[in-house]
Formats: sequence, structure tokens, C-alpha cells
Amino acid sequence: MSNNIIDPANMIYTKPELMNDNQMHYCPGCSHGVVHKLIAEIIDEMGLREKTIAVAPVGCAVFAYNYIDVDWVEAAHGRAPAVATAVKRLNPDKLVFTYQGDGDLAAIGTAETIHAANRGENIATIFINNGIYGMTGGQMAPTTLEHMKTATCPNGRDIHLNGYPLKITDLLAQLPGVCLVTRQSVHTAAAVKKTKKMIRKAFENAMEGKGESIVEVVSTCNSGWKLSPAASNDWMVENMFPAYPLGDLKNI
Amino acid sequence: MSEEIFLMKGNEAIAHAAIRYGADGYFGYPITPQSEVMETLMDEAPWETTGMVVLQAESETSSINMVYGGAACGKAVMTSSSSPGMSLMQEGVSYLVGAELPCLLVNVMRGGPGLGTIQPSQADYFQTVKGGGHGDYKLITLAPSSVQEMVDFVSLGFDLAFKYRTPAIILSDGVIGQMMEKVVFPPSRPRRTEEEIRKQCPWATLGRTPDRKANVITSLELDSSIMEENNNRFQAKFKKIEENETLFEEVNCEDADYIFVAFGSAARICQKAAELARKEGIKVGLIRPITLWPFPSAVIAKYAEKVKGFLSVEMNAGQMVEDVRLAVNGKTKVDHYGRLGGIVPTPNEVVVALKDKFGC
Repeated sequence: MSNNIIDPANMIYTKPELMNDNQMHYCPGCSHGVVHKLIAEIIDEMGLREKTIAVAPVGCAVFAYNYIDVDWVEAAHGRAPAVATAVKRLNPDKLVFTYQGDGDLAAIGTAETIHAANRGENIATIFINNGIYGMTGGQMAPTTLEHMKTATCPNGRDIHLNGYPLKITDLLAQLPGVCLVTRQSVHTAAAVKKTKKMIRKAFENAMEGKGESIVEVVSTCNSGWKLSPAASNDWMVENMFPAYPLGDLKNI
Repeated sequence: MSEEIFLMKGNEAIAHAAIRYGADGYFGYPITPQSEVMETLMDEAPWETTGMVVLQAESETSSINMVYGGAACGKAVMTSSSSPGMSLMQEGVSYLVGAELPCLLVNVMRGGPGLGTIQPSQADYFQTVKGGGHGDYKLITLAPSSVQEMVDFVSLGFDLAFKYRTPAIILSDGVIGQMMEKVVFPPSRPRRTEEEIRKQCPWATLGRTPDRKANVITSLELDSSIMEENNNRFQAKFKKIEENETLFEEVNCEDADYIFVAFGSAARICQKAAELARKEGIKVGLIRPITLWPFPSAVIAKYAEKVKGFLSVEMNAGQMVEDVRLAVNGKTKVDHYGRLGGIVPTPNEVVVALKDKFGC
């Protein structure tokens, strides 16, 4: 047995094969990279590399297609569920999932989100909720917490002016077309493991035709929040988790 | 199925023609005066025969994005709507062009602006031909003037869309959509298999096979030098379409002193008006653009050398007349006659307008 640390026999962890070598544009500490890795691992583990058609959003993940080496359709802002509906209905044997942020899924695309879910489309939705618009420079999102400061609510979100943080997954869990709604995070190794399990369940549901599955990942945006990656994790635990408690909202 | 003859509405004809073409999907939202398209499809239930998907979406915004998703997979997909619904779809149309996706759109025009009226109109010429969405683009625009052309342009529209990887639109109106005429259907074609689509559309997102790189359908490119190249590629494609795909009909123009230019239902009216004018001794011809883009400028320019004037007759306040003027380029007189708000002109009033405007 060799002691060479680069001996493949000694490798205990590698980059998923489906993650390519393109340099990521995500900020250091951002949750997107971890979730991308999980998706790449799961697609390979399920043997669905040739059967996957992914739908990218508008938002920070607009370039998701640069990193996970499957076929991608880039949707207009908020329209991913409508795009995915047609992709899946016309290709019922494929794994079709959308990857969307809070602005995409819970603001501009609310109608598409609710109606695709209500039709029970056999798709999976990965929903990154970091309470802010990262790509455009840190503006208020539908999920921004009360009193949370952003570029468009510099004095903090005022519920009288801006309404309440939208718990869109709580709404989606009410719909009979939806079979799985779960809220997870990726800030610890244990949380990453759990999120991976739930994304896999969502993909399995989509392939088995059980209806729509939504995996919300409560995430950090250290650039938008103006905190270090480590402080972002702490802030998320203290502030985001009480508003968006982790766990299954529906799992049938 | 061999060639068959039926009597039906223009909207119904669109639905039957789509099934027979071997279309893979239709996504739509009800709106007068085109609702019979989806109603007929739902009644025919093609998912039980050809496997065609038909889905009622929650909005026109959703319909056009379903079309985007289906088209991304190389499928022959379509939607139909009427003017206010088409306005909602313009975002998606721009994305379809930007991502170079083939599909078929149908607009059965009604009067606007706003909620307007459910009566026929041709007031969406600018929106369709000049680009209703953002960015530099053109839309292959087919203008049927009969129920038969509603049938014929479904296959023509799909074929052109796939030939050039860009959307095509049938720009119809409430008259053509609602009127019943005799139609002949071509024989049915089977839908393409996934293997056939992969071969015809190697860019389609149908799942990455080991023999190729991942396909990405997107209109996004942040590097301006590449985005300029993309735009140059689109413009080269549009130029090719202009050179090769212009269609028009010409009636009695050889000896004409005046020429009506009219499309769709207005062209039907003008055909009768030209006959009436000739009975009064005024030699009138008709040029009917079949493709509104590419516009048949050459034939208009040719006759501009010899006629006393062109009258662009449209059910709008004067839209196509701008393209007629560009083609004529000041060589002879050009005028417009139009009725607005859902009023369909009679042949007699068109003749009166001709005499009025040209003093003939």
C-alpha cells in the first residue's frame, strides 16, 4: 500500500464527475456551489446523466449550466416551472428539474411556481432561499426578513411598506399536486448530508411520477449580507432558521 | 390518411392542421376570438392518437414559456392567442429568437389598444413585423386570407421555423379565424421519433449522450464581443430569409393604374373592390403580401415605376403603409385607407376611398 496521498487508491473524496472544470463565478462561502455538487453527485449515483434536462433560472444561478455537465435550458426570469412543464410532458422518461432562487421562484415567477405545483408536474424544484437578490447587487427579495437591510430597504424591511417575508413553500405544501416539500440547509456536514438525501428523494419522485417535489435550501449570501462566510452561517442560524424552520413540510 | 375535404372555421382548421402536421405540443390560454383552436384540440384529444401534448396554461406568459421549453427539446410546438394575449407573450418571443428556437405562433387579431374589442382587426402589424419584444429581431410572418391558408401555413410555418431555427407566426384576424370555408387537408404525417429529432436538431436538449458535449439553450452572453457575433449571426439569418422566403400574390397588376396593397381579410375585400373599380373603368390591381416579413418590397418597387398610386388597405390606422412607402421610395403616390376598432370595411367604401384619395 502506497503512502502517496495522490494515489487513487487512497482517495476518499473526489469532485463529482459531472462537475466540470469551469471556474465558478459564485462568491466564496456561497451555498450554490455545495448544492451544485450535490446535484451532480445524485444525477451520477442515479445513473441519469443521459436522461437529465435541467432548467436554469435568472439570478446568481443563471450560469448553473456552466458547471453541471448535463443538458440545460436557460429560462426567462421566473418562468422555469413553465419551461420545465413542457420539457417533462414532452419527455416523460427524463429527469427534469428547475434550480431557482427566491426572487425567481417567489416574486416574478409566483404564478408559474404555483400552477406547475398545482398541476402536479413530475418535476423537482431546487429552491435557494437566501433572502436577497444576489446577482443584481443585494436588493430586497420576497423572502427578506423583517428589519433585514438590503439595497432597496436600506433601513430594514418594513412590513407596512413591503409586506411580510413570503413563506412560499408553506403555501406550496397545501397543494395536492405536490408530494414533497422540505426545507434544508448546507451550513454543516450533517446538513449537507440531509439535503443530499432530500434532493435525491425529489429526483426519485419526479422519475416515479409522484408529482412535484420542492427542496428549499435556506442559504447564505455573504456578499449580499455583507458578512464573512463564517459570520453568514451564524447569522443564518440565528435569524433565517427561526423564520424558515428546517424540516419536512410534506413528504408523501 | 389521404387528402380530405371539410367545411370548418379558420380556428378549427389550425387545430386539425397541427395534429396532421405531426406537431408535438400545443400550449395556450383561452381568449376570444381564437378559443376554438384549443377547444378543437381538446375535443380531438390527439394525445390518444398521435401522442401530441395539449395543455391549458395559467396565462399567455406561461404558454409561451412552455413553447420555449418544448422548442428547446427540438419538438414541434406551438401556441395561439389574440392581440392582448400576444402582448403578454412578447417577452417569450424575444427569448425564443435569442435562443434560436423554432416554433409556431398564431395571432388571431382583435381590435386594441388595451382590452379593445373582440371584433377583427389588423392592428398588430407593427407588433409582429417590427418586433414586439426587446432586441434586434425579425419574425417570419405569414398572413392567411382564407381558411385553406390557415391549414397550409401551419406546415409552412413549422417548416420555415425549423429550417432557420427561429419562430414563425401566422398573423390572422378575427374574420379568418371565425369564418367557415371549404378546406383540403394534406395527408397526416407521423410525429418524429426522439432519434429523428436528435438527428435533425443536434442542438436540442434531450439528454446528453456520451458522443456529444452538453447542450445549453440560452440567449445570455455577457461578453459583448461574442454577443455582437451572435447578433451578426441572427442578422445574416434574417437576410437569408429575406432573400429566399418572400411570398406574395399579385392580381391584375399588369395593366393597372392603381394597386391595392392588402393582407389577410382586407385582401379578400380588396379583391372584390378591385373588380368593382374595374367595372367603373378604373384599372386596379392587388398585391397581397403573404409574408409580411419578409415584406415583398421588390414587386411593389417594380410597379412603382408605372402605376399612378398605391392604396394600402388595412384594418388599422396605417401600419403596413409604412413598408409600402419604403418600397415605393417616393416614385409614386402612396396612401392608406383603414377602419379601426373592429370595423371591417366593405368593398364599396374601399372603391370610394380610392376615388377620393387619388381623384380618379
